[in-house]
Amino acid sequence: MALLEAANICMQFGGLRAVDNFNLEINEHELVGLIGPNGAGKTTVFNMLTGVYIPTEGDIKIDGQSVVGKKPYEIVQAGAARTFQNIRLFKDLTVLDNIKIAFHHELNYSTLEGIFRLPRYWADEKRAQEACLAFLAIFDMEDYAYTMAKNLPYGKQRKLEIARALATKPKILMLDEPAAGMNPQETHELMETIQLIRDKFDIAILLIEHDMHLVMGVCERIVVLDYGRIIAKGTPDETRNNPDVIRVYLGE
Amino acid sequence: MDKKVIKNYIINIAAIFAVYAVLKGLIYAGVITRYHQGIIVFILINVILATSLNLAVGFLGQLTLGHAGFMAVGAYVSAITAVALNANFNLPKIVVLLISLTLAAIVSALTGVAIGIPALRLRGDYLAIITLGFGEVIRVIINNIKVTGGAQGFTGIPKLSTLDNVFWITVLAVAFLYTLTHSRQGRAILSIREDEIAAEAVGVKTTSFKVMGFAIAAGLAGIGGGLYAHYIAFLDPNTFNFMRSVEILIIVVLGGMGSLTGSIVAAIVLTIMPEALRSFNELRLLLYALILVVMMIFKPSGLFGTEEFSWQGIYDRYKTRKNALHNREKKV
Repeated sequence: MALLEAANICMQFGGLRAVDNFNLEINEHELVGLIGPNGAGKTTVFNMLTGVYIPTEGDIKIDGQSVVGKKPYEIVQAGAARTFQNIRLFKDLTVLDNIKIAFHHELNYSTLEGIFRLPRYWADEKRAQEACLAFLAIFDMEDYAYTMAKNLPYGKQRKLEIARALATKPKILMLDEPAAGMNPQETHELMETIQLIRDKFDIAILLIEHDMHLVMGVCERIVVLDYGRIIAKGTPDETRNNPDVIRVYLGE
Repeated sequence: MDKKVIKNYIINIAAIFAVYAVLKGLIYAGVITRYHQGIIVFILINVILATSLNLAVGFLGQLTLGHAGFMAVGAYVSAITAVALNANFNLPKIVVLLISLTLAAIVSALTGVAIGIPALRLRGDYLAIITLGFGEVIRVIINNIKVTGGAQGFTGIPKLSTLDNVFWITVLAVAFLYTLTHSRQGRAILSIREDEIAAEAVGVKTTSFKVMGFAIAAGLAGIGGGLYAHYIAFLDPNTFNFMRSVEILIIVVLGGMGSLTGSIVAAIVLTIMPEALRSFNELRLLLYALILVVMMIFKPSGLFGTEEFSWQGIYDRYKTRKNALHNREKKV
């Protein structure tokens, strides 16, 4: 059974059918790219998968469990974490606190235990501190632990956002144009980060991207969207040579 | 538990006792008169109101303009409870005060939940307007029902607040807010201020934390209101108008949104200032405005920004500075 299953989902905005009969299956440990020209409906698909929009038709299952109509935080609990096209960090908090917030669900002490500083508070906070620092170390960011998130360079901010999404222990990670606004060197670093995630975490990734170099470089399977419809599916080589894809991207 | 953490706790507790001892000593020596004691009580009540509003505005990031409404709910509930308790039972003063305040906090917090659930769907200016409206609604209701004495005011409230019990209740309220904001729930609250969409995307139940923060802020405002009622012994619904909410908000903004210690300092300054400037009656409002304008130009984030005052922080800063000087000397 696929980890993420989108069956015939449609999104209708008034008279506009932004996404039409979109089907997608992502298996465990797979890296799928979703590409398409501007306005093709990529972000709409993404927003449906993450609970921001409720699809007008169709069903979405994460790990066999239907998530249609669930709130974004419930979808996170179901096992799908995301990043945003325009980076959304908790800017005025430290890098460590950014991770700790995503680690929220791993801590068990209640509000009252926290307020009265009962033993479980100390035990849990200590565990969180250690786990989050170790987590940052995986991404080679432990030196930045006490830096304000807003003071990080752009590439590192993106890395932190991805790390924060991973701290929620997802089964599938969805990246919305992670290379947007990056220079070639930062893009390269991003590719390394994605590779690192593939090596260290046992999760599937869905990647929306404009940067062809990145998509062709890391994805195993690519889905091409145009005007809300899937026009091609396949390996990077297949899609690269698909006449429809060439027509959409380069014109006739 | 870290040794440094324990040390900090001990320093802070010792500092609180020291402040209390100094206050007591000055009262005993006659330096602090009854008039001064009154001002100190108002400072402490303002500290409770400002720090609790800071939870909603500074930590949760939801601009609300109806804090005086919750204060009013607390003041009246507490006053009515105390009067009823005194009429039926013969309880010691402090017990009556504690029961009244507990009830005041609960009712205010519930009012906070009732108002928060619909209001917190809105953001920014819209939320400010709707909370302003709710605050006024509370005042108008109090003005028009019998139990509260209506527009004539509520008289005969037992005078239960003293400098001592107000001081310790304030300490507990601020400590409560501090520990709350420095826990996992506090981090969730902060994340909502920083970016609500991102908070939801990492699994924070934003709606429930917003309502929780709002309710706690309202509940503490209720305690502040209760202490006020038992100090002044007379309640006039019109003291809880929009201007009262703004006054509390100014304390929060001046002290720094997101800094409890900032609110404490600003509450002290902004409660003493009008008293000290009593002789310049008209000029004092002008000065109020001037201070805020200067503040907005030079330090728009407030006195403390989102930082908290701490002895450890001062010590660390002193140390790094000393080290820097030391290193420079070495180089020379």
